[in-house]
Amino acid sequence: MGPVLQSTEFAPWNDPTEKPLIRFRNVTKRFGDFVAINDLTLDIYEQEFFALLGPSGCGKTTLMRMLAGFETPSEGQIELSGQDIVPVPPNKRAVNMMFQSYALFPHLSIWDNIAFGLRRSPMSKPDIKARVEEMLKLTRLEKFAHRKPHQISGGQRQRVALARSLAKAPKLLLLDEPMGALDKKLRQETQFELMDIQEKTGTTFVIVTHDQEEAMTVASRVAVMDEGCLIQVSTPDRIYESPNSVYVADFIGDVNIIKGTAKAQGDDLYQVNWSDGMPPLNATSETDFSDGQTCHLAIRPEKVAISADKPDGADNAVQGKILDIAYLGNLSTYHVELTSGVIIKAQTSNTRRISRRSFTWEDPVWLSWTATAGVLLVN
Amino acid sequence: MMRLSWFNVVSLTLGFAFLYIPMIILVIYSFNAGKLVTVWSGFSTKWYGELTQNEAFLNAAWVTLKVAVVSSTFATVLGTMAAYVLVRAGRFTGRTLFSGMIYAPLVMPEVITGLSLLLLFIGIGLDRGIVTIVLAHTTFSMCYVSVVVSSRLVTFDQSLEEAALDLGCSPIEAFRLVTLPIIAPAVISGWLLAFTLSLDDLVIASFTSGPSATTLPIKIYSAVRLGVSPEINALSTIMIAIVTVGVISASLVSKRNLVRQKREMQAAERA
Ligand SMILES: Nc1ncnc2c1ncn2[C@@H]1O[C@H](COP(=O)(O)OP(=O)(O)OP(=O)(O)O)[C@@H](O)[C@H]1O
Ligand SMILES: [Mg+2]
Repeated sequence: MGPVLQSTEFAPWNDPTEKPLIRFRNVTKRFGDFVAINDLTLDIYEQEFFALLGPSGCGKTTLMRMLAGFETPSEGQIELSGQDIVPVPPNKRAVNMMFQSYALFPHLSIWDNIAFGLRRSPMSKPDIKARVEEMLKLTRLEKFAHRKPHQISGGQRQRVALARSLAKAPKLLLLDEPMGALDKKLRQETQFELMDIQEKTGTTFVIVTHDQEEAMTVASRVAVMDEGCLIQVSTPDRIYESPNSVYVADFIGDVNIIKGTAKAQGDDLYQVNWSDGMPPLNATSETDFSDGQTCHLAIRPEKVAISADKPDGADNAVQGKILDIAYLGNLSTYHVELTSGVIIKAQTSNTRRISRRSFTWEDPVWLSWTATAGVLLVN
Repeated sequence: MMRLSWFNVVSLTLGFAFLYIPMIILVIYSFNAGKLVTVWSGFSTKWYGELTQNEAFLNAAWVTLKVAVVSSTFATVLGTMAAYVLVRAGRFTGRTLFSGMIYAPLVMPEVITGLSLLLLFIGIGLDRGIVTIVLAHTTFSMCYVSVVVSSRLVTFDQSLEEAALDLGCSPIEAFRLVTLPIIAPAVISGWLLAFTLSLDDLVIASFTSGPSATTLPIKIYSAVRLGVSPEINALSTIMIAIVTVGVISASLVSKRNLVRQKREMQAAERA
């Protein structure tokens, strides 16, 4: 039996009747003269797994800390379930945060760390015990319950921090680079664990990460930030396939950017004049360009095919020679220098062993891609 | 283990001799049978016996102990609060002034502190006695506590407090349940420091004590002025013994903790 497809897609952001769980309205945060968050407006919906992505210092942690209540916005409103939460102190918010540094209490055992939040609530002792044990089981920490945080490994500590923030079953869980210190394998395991937890508990997650692969794996939507502003907020596949700017295209994954001028060919089709003496490139675009307008064609390396002979009937075909080959195990990236001096990256999957592959350095090759493979961007 | 060189042995011996010979002499003469402090005339413990009969000394010892316990407790509470505000509150108007004023008594000559307190107590019509000594000692030892505690607080990871708030603690609960247990060693050493400072203070106590209450250092000092009696040697020996026992047991406790922690670590690694 094949996988059961859900009848309705999870996309509350497309539904105008849906009420967002979190609502940032024109939020600005200043530290002295420095603007950390700049007039930001954002809706996050219930049961989302929302990823914040952006370069260091762009304001991701500041955004989280405002949600948790450790910073107050200089301007604007933040609403949680329709209620203005700016005046609500952190201990009165149905929000829990998993700290980047874990912030485990060193004087308490793992058990007591996880029970800490529950003991502050009107929960009975047997219920607390049951809940802590459930959390220990979920994060596979049963064996370590009576150790102190300094007696367990980094990955285990990270799971304790996660269990502690999950224990109170918050409406909203904030994860600030929760997997920064983990190795790749443990990171992937934990990512799937998180998604599993999210499915089971229905909690809304906001996660900060430096790892775009991680954001693509776990998130229902991704926000790309720069200097306190949101550049694009969309689903992972749309962010990857149709970025709204060169910045986003460049930030997420590998991309070739070819600068040129557009010329309409009718019906969403454009010619891009990019180099004197070279035939124009063909590309489709949903956004309109006026004739002669500067544009950037963004194409992912895996959408560029490489061949020895000129392919017949390709929308776009350019010639060059191989400058460099990056072998990545399952993939190889060819850096090809065109006659005009532009370098284009093409990626192929390695289905054959190295010795049987057909291209090597300095080989003349043809690169080709379809008109719909790339995206035309203004800037 | 490194073997000590000849030079090291000599310097070690000289150093310890310099530190401890006066005390050793005092201890030896406390067991002298004769009344003359400088002439050895046989072993006896009679001065210790006589000490237990000396009402004045015993009273003074009791007063000193009460003053030390109460004033160091007050000083610890106030000093910890001051340190917390200084380290945590960030910038507020008058912060520099406040921190300067906390640390000023550290460098103030004791005579001046004592005199100004005396003037204050006379001014407000407070009779000199145990209460005034306690107040005076709290005042000057509180800044020592706040120095000790704030040096611990600056290295304290503030996200621990934020985590406590995040999990539903009020700020006071966060302090009591998270901050205080973690900085407890610093608070305790602050208390011990305040306790010893109060125990051996002579100058400030002599300004603020009255006829109704005298502390032991004052008593000893005034007794010595009339000539050193072997009784005082005996009293001093007892004080030395108490301090020694205290220091040794404190270090034993902390060593046992270390060993236990190490064993837990090893057990954790094996598992
Ligand atoms: N308390 C503060 N006082 C002054 N400036 C601050 C403060 N907190 C953050 N900033 C500044 O605000 C900007 C955003 O900080 P933030 O911690 O949100 O970055 P970030 O996106 O989380 O970065 P990273 O990925 O490195 O964690 C930074 O330039 C930082 O220097
Ligand atoms: Mg950050």
